[in-house]
Amino acid sequence: MSNEIEAIKDPGLPAHVHRKADTDPVAEKRAERQVAILFLISALGTLLFIYAYYFVADDVFVFLPVLGNTNAHQLLLGLGLAIALFFIGAAAIHWAKTLMPDEEVIAMRHTMRSDDEDRDALVKTVKERAGAAGLGRRSLIKRSMGLSLGLIGLSPLVLLRDLGPLPGNDLTKTSWKSGSRLVTDPGDRPIRPEDLEVGAVAQVLPEHFGEERRHLSDIAKDAVLLIRIRPEEFQLSPERLSWTYDGIIAFSKICSHMGCAVALYEQTTKHLLCPCHQSTFDVPRAAKVIFGPAARPLPQLAITVDSEGYLIAQKPFSEPVGPSFWERSS
Amino acid sequence: MTARERVAGTVANYVDERTGAAKWMKKNLTKVFPDHWSFLLGEIALYSFVILLLSGTFLTFWFDPSQREVLYDGAYEPLQGLHMSAAYASTLHISFEVRGGLLMRQIHHWAALIFMAAIVVHLMRVYFTGAFRKPREFNWIIGVGLLTLGIVEGFLGYSLPDDLLSGTGIRIAEAIIQALPVVGSYLAFFAFGGAFPGEAFIPRIFTVHVLLLPGIFLALITVHLMLVWYQKHTQWPGPGRTEKNVVGYPLMPAYMAKAGGFFFIVFGVTAFLGAVASINPIWLYGPYNPGQISAGSQPDWYMGWLDGLVRMSPPLESYIFGYTISWNILIPGLIVPGILFTGMALYPFIESWITGDKREHHLLDRPRNVPNRTALGVMSLTFMLVALINGGNDIIATTFHLAINQVMWFSRIAIFVLPPLAFVVTKRICLSLQRADRELVLHGRETGRLLMLPHGEFVEVHEPISPELAWKLTAHEQAPALALEDVDSRGVRRAGGLKNKLRKRISQANAESIAKPTANDLKEIEHH
Repeated sequence: MSNEIEAIKDPGLPAHVHRKADTDPVAEKRAERQVAILFLISALGTLLFIYAYYFVADDVFVFLPVLGNTNAHQLLLGLGLAIALFFIGAAAIHWAKTLMPDEEVIAMRHTMRSDDEDRDALVKTVKERAGAAGLGRRSLIKRSMGLSLGLIGLSPLVLLRDLGPLPGNDLTKTSWKSGSRLVTDPGDRPIRPEDLEVGAVAQVLPEHFGEERRHLSDIAKDAVLLIRIRPEEFQLSPERLSWTYDGIIAFSKICSHMGCAVALYEQTTKHLLCPCHQSTFDVPRAAKVIFGPAARPLPQLAITVDSEGYLIAQKPFSEPVGPSFWERSS
Repeated sequence: MTARERVAGTVANYVDERTGAAKWMKKNLTKVFPDHWSFLLGEIALYSFVILLLSGTFLTFWFDPSQREVLYDGAYEPLQGLHMSAAYASTLHISFEVRGGLLMRQIHHWAALIFMAAIVVHLMRVYFTGAFRKPREFNWIIGVGLLTLGIVEGFLGYSLPDDLLSGTGIRIAEAIIQALPVVGSYLAFFAFGGAFPGEAFIPRIFTVHVLLLPGIFLALITVHLMLVWYQKHTQWPGPGRTEKNVVGYPLMPAYMAKAGGFFFIVFGVTAFLGAVASINPIWLYGPYNPGQISAGSQPDWYMGWLDGLVRMSPPLESYIFGYTISWNILIPGLIVPGILFTGMALYPFIESWITGDKREHHLLDRPRNVPNRTALGVMSLTFMLVALINGGNDIIATTFHLAINQVMWFSRIAIFVLPPLAFVVTKRICLSLQRADRELVLHGRETGRLLMLPHGEFVEVHEPISPELAWKLTAHEQAPALALEDVDSRGVRRAGGLKNKLRKRISQANAESIAKPTANDLKEIEHH
């Protein structure tokens, strides 16, 4: 702060040192040639680019170390473009560094603050003009203007209402009904308990009728994972045990945390792992959360078999599937 | 006068008579810009933005932003006969059937990564050197806004192809919207035009990605640059450089050629990456299906820290009066990022409140000379780094043969322990560097030459450093801590005592430094 104890003085801008090209005509000529060569390399790059576009078929693959099997068309096109661009830059910068003036100059700054006179004049002008418009006096106009401006702000909100329907009970219901057959995804084949060995996993959806293909929005709620373990390994309440069939247990595949597909089943530990945020669910204990950010177990689907021996749902899911939302009750 | 000069004169005259541009041009073509490599970081961001506009426009000529289901019969054999959205099919078309299409897609994606990286490193440069101080606070806030928009724009961009990986990202974004108290499920249904995934979202984010956000970017970048131009660039302290001047090169011709040339360098490097480095090979992921997923799902790096925070969150949810509040999503997904980014935007005002310094600053700080700021910056970066590492915890676990639980617990603890530790360590390092600077000024440079004195003692010969270096090491000012009295002149306790106390404490910590050599110190040395 205090300048009197400042021990070291500013030596000022050091003297300018001339470059070789400033003093030596040979060096100057050499630099000029270098710049020209760089520009010419760029031109060659563009030629390569055009050549690759027209004359290298896009199904030719070449093996290159590090890169592996590479599409020659894309590679040459890209390299041509890269060379064309890069060397224009290199030429311009080399030109600037060797041949253009490189003497540092000093310019003065001015403070951002305006002069007092200007500031006073501005305040005066604003006061005068605002007064002339009567902004301070005409409170009727002021208030009605506030009202109209406030209201018109609502119109975009009104207009955006039709972006989508209200959720209704859409988040709480799925396509599963009592008696829905479990069909494989993909394939849409109904399955019997004996199709699943102990330790096996299958992704299933509710049987789908009609010509129209399944909507992704339905799959996003209906996807179910079937897992078969030995029946004696279950640690379930009697009710939940009655939802299983001969060691086969069914859970919603949609993570109760953020809705990713819980796809990783570890056979030895009987854990289901969500690859998105690593929530881990314990299958024998009704998909209880044993690790990670998920707060709720995966909803269990009650299953049994029908008269033909195919797996079916006893009833719809007893709670909403997928990530939490405000209106969810537990 | 040559013919060429005559033509130039005619054109200049024509333009000037209609715009009066001569005066403005004359002044600005000789505008002085200080030179330093760290000033190029913002330029990289700017040029990447231009590359993004160019390559992105090319992609829109073929991309079909629609979630209408189509049967794929294009050139990529493994996916032939599969149902997929038109968005995904057209991305495959661009990648395999449009000549140069894959190159442009890869250039676009690489440019986006470089854009974000350049913004972050540029922000670090501005932060650690104190370039955000008065009068540049507005520009700092615009910069934080650009960073935030960049994260959103990048996310929307890589979501457009509607592949299995990006669809999973959208699913997570939908879950965050849905988790908002009271309005969540309504907002989600409005955004997606119904239940997830619906058919409305990709077309909508396409408009936001190619029109709305780029428009806002363009406006903000323009203001950002105009302010840099008008306020003149900051400069490093050094011989001849003061708060009142700016030392550098005039715009025309050298600076123009360098900056223009640098655009081509950045574009060339991006094109090279697009040519040789495969990025986001969406054909390997397959089309999006909410019932499927691929292991090792990762967002792009600038979203990774957010994902990492969500991953490490404890499983907290409240159920009150039949309603659900998902703390496990709200805290890591919205509240913590909200606090971080608000704090970052307000930092210039917080620092000026601590130091009480309301003056303009155009000379940059060497980070070591402002230990508290530097330590706070490293602390924030450490926090982000731990979060980012946890965003790849599955990859780390499989690469290093660790249990995912171990990596997660490391992050959960490290996110609280490492940032404060980083603060303390950084502050100590800064003070040590200040001490080293002082030593250098007082005793000169160690030459490595040993001298045996007549009585057998060995000493190392020190050489005095140049006046330029000595000036550079001592040009900064060391402001004392704020003197805030608890009582006013009449002995009455001031209002806001607690606030004052806090301010005083922070100010004291902020002013901690190793004293610069004084004239007396130097004189004493000379006597020896």
